Amino acid sequence: MRGFTTLFGKEVLRFWKVSFQTLLAPLVSTLLYMLVFAQVLDNHAEVYPGVSYREFLIPGLAMMAMLQNSFSNTSSSLIQSKLTGNIVFILLPPLSPFEIFAAYVLAAMVRGFAVGGCVWLASLIFFPHLPAHPLELVVFALLGNALSAVLGLLAGIWSEKFDQLAAFQNFIIVPLTFLAGVFYSIHSLPPLWRDISRFNPFLYMIDGFRHGFFGVSDIPPFESFLIVGGCAFALSCLSLSLLSRGWRLRG
Amino acid sequence: MIESNPLSRKGRPGFDGAAISIKGAKKSFGQFEALKGLDLEVKQGEFFALLGPNGAGKTTLISLLAGLARPDSGALSVLGFDVGRDYRQSRRAVGVVPQELVFDPFFTVRETLRLQSGYFGIRPDTKWIDELLENLQLRDKADSNMRALSGGMKRRVLVAQALVHRPSVLILDEPTAGVDVELRQTLWKFIRRLNEEGMTILLTTHYLEEAQTLCNRVAMMKAGQVIALDTTQNLLAHHSRPSLTLSVGQGKTLPDGLMQRASLLPAGRFRLGLENFAEVEQILAACRTAGLEIKELEVGQADLEEVFVRIMKDTPR
Repeated sequence: MRGFTTLFGKEVLRFWKVSFQTLLAPLVSTLLYMLVFAQVLDNHAEVYPGVSYREFLIPGLAMMAMLQNSFSNTSSSLIQSKLTGNIVFILLPPLSPFEIFAAYVLAAMVRGFAVGGCVWLASLIFFPHLPAHPLELVVFALLGNALSAVLGLLAGIWSEKFDQLAAFQNFIIVPLTFLAGVFYSIHSLPPLWRDISRFNPFLYMIDGFRHGFFGVSDIPPFESFLIVGGCAFALSCLSLSLLSRGWRLRG
Repeated sequence: MIESNPLSRKGRPGFDGAAISIKGAKKSFGQFEALKGLDLEVKQGEFFALLGPNGAGKTTLISLLAGLARPDSGALSVLGFDVGRDYRQSRRAVGVVPQELVFDPFFTVRETLRLQSGYFGIRPDTKWIDELLENLQLRDKADSNMRALSGGMKRRVLVAQALVHRPSVLILDEPTAGVDVELRQTLWKFIRRLNEEGMTILLTTHYLEEAQTLCNRVAMMKAGQVIALDTTQNLLAHHSRPSLTLSVGQGKTLPDGLMQRASLLPAGRFRLGLENFAEVEQILAACRTAGLEIKELEVGQADLEEVFVRIMKDTPR
């Protein structure tokens, strides 16, 4: 247990020591999104009854910030350790694959929550209301952060250079996040794109999270919960299997 | 006095076998066979040298023992713990100083050592960490960030990291590369003390005089196999002889009987291999009889470097 808590603490300390880059920068960019969109699209039609467009944006942007940061935490930590060689400090001790998995994922979730929490606090300026379903909000934040952190872990394990990690992030994570209904409701899409969007697991994270915020969503929240939970479970099993085999970590 | 940790000093209950046991270890990287069914045993308490040219398979073997790589076949154990099946116990028993100069740039020296203790499942022992810092001359740098240290200092932090969980077996993969002479001596004094207190040491180095001075037994590797394995004394006795180097003046040669067995060195000097030191008197007498005046004379001891070169040369790939 001490091995796990130490690695978890180290991963938290790692992003905390560079908090300008890991916490403050994402907070500022998310707030800029809110400011710009709130200003430009203030007169945009209501997406849901009683929910203005700028309010609609808040949970999507908060979730997007959380997903990107939890992904970055696991992936950047692993790739840096692999490329600098200091991954040996994790591989030499008697840490089990599960301890390594849990420490990396939980630390990334802490960063995701820290960014998401700050975004939410700042968003109270635009939307000074408490969430409709706080428990739902927390469950979707937990699952979304976990799924994204696990994806980051997989990307870190798979990548052998920064270029590969950047490709994973820019060609998979960023499109999936941007096309997951952060800025729009999927009901506003043509039927074909609406159907294609249904294959994007990030859509369910954001939509479920939004339901926790406003009590309305495009997809029934329980369906979103099952899909996000199922994806998180499946990818966690895959990560654990790769860590147990030492794939791309132990020669 | 260094305190022993009862958990990490023990192998399996009642185990009194080899500290390190390797049977039929094979490892390939693509088409390249790094280890070709290697067998080796290191006894508990030994100071053991693993020598070989670059690419011989030393680091691969260490990686297998440390769990950094997995063998294609064969059985490897540390104090009776299989490195795959009983990985938790075997890794707890081993401290490894890697060859690469690696560090975590986010932390100070002390933070690095505290973290490493935690990874091994133990509460950071401030007293032991201070003792390591003192013995490795890092006390002044304890609160410096790792990035601020010189190469030699980073190397010593790696040694401290390998020792922070008080392993029973210490594996040092070229630990003195880039470390200056004074600090090298300090390091060896400390490692020797640990060995005297029961720690098994496995050392790879290209400084063969270090291996000769420190190690009781030596294994020499070439192309993924052990090609020589014996006590340091036996290797020196069987593969190396003392020698006599002398000069009898510019343009002059030794008497015929000596010339046949002499090798010519620069500046008109000759080297003669000796079966024993009594031969020196006979050689000098032969020179006197031939009317030669000895200008320069040096008796050289057998050394491991000569043995190494000879064994490597005599063994085909």
